Amino acid sequence: MVESKNKYVLLAVMFIALLLFPTLGFDFYNDMVSRIVILALFAVSLDLLVGYTGLISFGHAAWFGVGAYAFALLSSHYQVTDSFWITLPVALIAAAVLSFIVGLFVLRTKGIYFIMVTLAFAQVFYFLVHDVPAIGGSTDGLNLYARPTLEIGNWVLLDLENPLTMYYFIMATLFFSVVLLWFFLRSPLGRAVQGIKINEHRMLSIGFPVFRYKLIVFVIASVFASLSGYLFAAQSYGVNPELLSWHKSADVLLMLIFGGMGQFVGGIVGAFAFILLKEVFMTYTDWWQLWLGITIVLFVLFLPGGLASLPNRFKALVGKA
Amino acid sequence: MDILLGSLLIQALNAIQYGLLLFLIASGLTLIFGVMGVINIAHGSFYMMGAYFAFTLTGLTGNFFVAVILGAILSVFIGALLEWALFKHLYKRDHLEQVLLSYGLILIFEELRSIFVGDEVHSIDVPAWLNFSIPLGDIMSYPFYRLFMSGVCILVAIGMYILINRTRIGSMIRAGATNSGMAEVLGVNISMVNRLVFSLGVGLAAFAGMINAPASAVAPGMGMEVLIVSFVVVVIGGIGSVWGALFAAMVIAFADTFGSVFFPSVAGMLTYVIMAMVLLWRPEGLFKR
Repeated sequence: MVESKNKYVLLAVMFIALLLFPTLGFDFYNDMVSRIVILALFAVSLDLLVGYTGLISFGHAAWFGVGAYAFALLSSHYQVTDSFWITLPVALIAAAVLSFIVGLFVLRTKGIYFIMVTLAFAQVFYFLVHDVPAIGGSTDGLNLYARPTLEIGNWVLLDLENPLTMYYFIMATLFFSVVLLWFFLRSPLGRAVQGIKINEHRMLSIGFPVFRYKLIVFVIASVFASLSGYLFAAQSYGVNPELLSWHKSADVLLMLIFGGMGQFVGGIVGAFAFILLKEVFMTYTDWWQLWLGITIVLFVLFLPGGLASLPNRFKALVGKA
Repeated sequence: MDILLGSLLIQALNAIQYGLLLFLIASGLTLIFGVMGVINIAHGSFYMMGAYFAFTLTGLTGNFFVAVILGAILSVFIGALLEWALFKHLYKRDHLEQVLLSYGLILIFEELRSIFVGDEVHSIDVPAWLNFSIPLGDIMSYPFYRLFMSGVCILVAIGMYILINRTRIGSMIRAGATNSGMAEVLGVNISMVNRLVFSLGVGLAAFAGMINAPASAVAPGMGMEVLIVSFVVVVIGGIGSVWGALFAAMVIAFADTFGSVFFPSVAGMLTYVIMAMVLLWRPEGLFKR
């Protein structure tokens, strides 16, 4: 919750770097960077729950999957439409409705219960897309043949099949999402929600409808997660049940703790740190899971504030000396 | 009629056996939650570890029971080591950090398993003197090993009951589960209790993995399936309640077993529907003290 100018500078520098990246000529990596940015949006949406409201969801991948499957089912599985103007609202509304229903159940619990219950509900979604053929259920998932079409009448507004257009489209989505969430957190509702993290009982005593506020945040976070899932499906031309697996939910929590919670920079830094770390271990070692696991254990033990806490730690160290 | 009755009996026996197995895993989990307030998602890995211990040690020693005894000792030792090196630093920390550290452990265990034993699915032979079936009626029969497993699980459960309710260490564990701070002030060596409970939990999960190994396959990923069902059991039973875990494990086992007989299309969901119902009625579990 500490708001230093440095963070905004860092955020601005990161966005500028992302904007300039394609001009550097590493075309091969554009794809990877856009995928990381999608995951960064996913991490930022979870941060709203974990970092700002204090709700540790271990099932956030479910909403990522809802967005991805909504697009896949509408566009290629049932071939209803590819139109961005229809598929995106459907993906977001589906996530909102489903997360509202799930939220009514899971938000009745707290602490360890909440972690276990969100995992269990996410597992239900996983089984559905794994086993129910009507919603594309299969181990292999679904292939997509086209990205969403962004047209007004017959005029093509943006051609998302063009990799560079898609790249900037994803950047813009992250940017506007962060801006929207920034405004949300500064609204009276957003302030109240952050109060819930600090002292839920006090908020309740003052007279805030804590349950309703938590439900609203749960729905908002799920909608943004669904947005990132939608982009992921469009970007990678495919969906599969693994998008909803508990591994995915754990990975996004890891990104948050790598980057640092309660600050949007953290989610973005964490997504980059996590994916790059994983790539490095996969490329240069035989047993990437082992090294990743050891890194996680050491990270939790020795750097609980995440990478974003490094500047402050450094300052404290220099201050002491 | 006879066939229907017989197959119902077989399903009921299967359900009891599955429920008892779930109970062994979930009771350790619920005690660790209850006494130390730690969420450990690597608990399923201990179950997997047990199964692989049984497989490897049976191969080495040639005797399943020697393997189980050695494996149990080894698991308890590993549990104590993990508690000492990692988990004891997490008791006062955030649940999120506990989740992530144990997620790191899952990755480490999975990779170690892959390095040392490989990624193949294995099976273990049922010991020869237990490898027969009991006839039920004229045409049906039931493998004796499954009954044997249920019997062993019941013995372990009775052992736990005696340990927790009839011994001095047990009263310390109960004191720790009720209010660990107060117990410490009154002179209970709570860090000893913590280590004991953690090792016991690891031992129980590994033991469940070991005795179940001859009845099913030893396969990668087996830990996570069991973990998620165990979470549901703990949520229904209430954190810290061993008897809640027993009751919930039986409910889930019967629902799952008979669900897949009568409503095969929705059986996978039944477990979660029951959990949702309990959450509406009693969000803290049925037996929360």
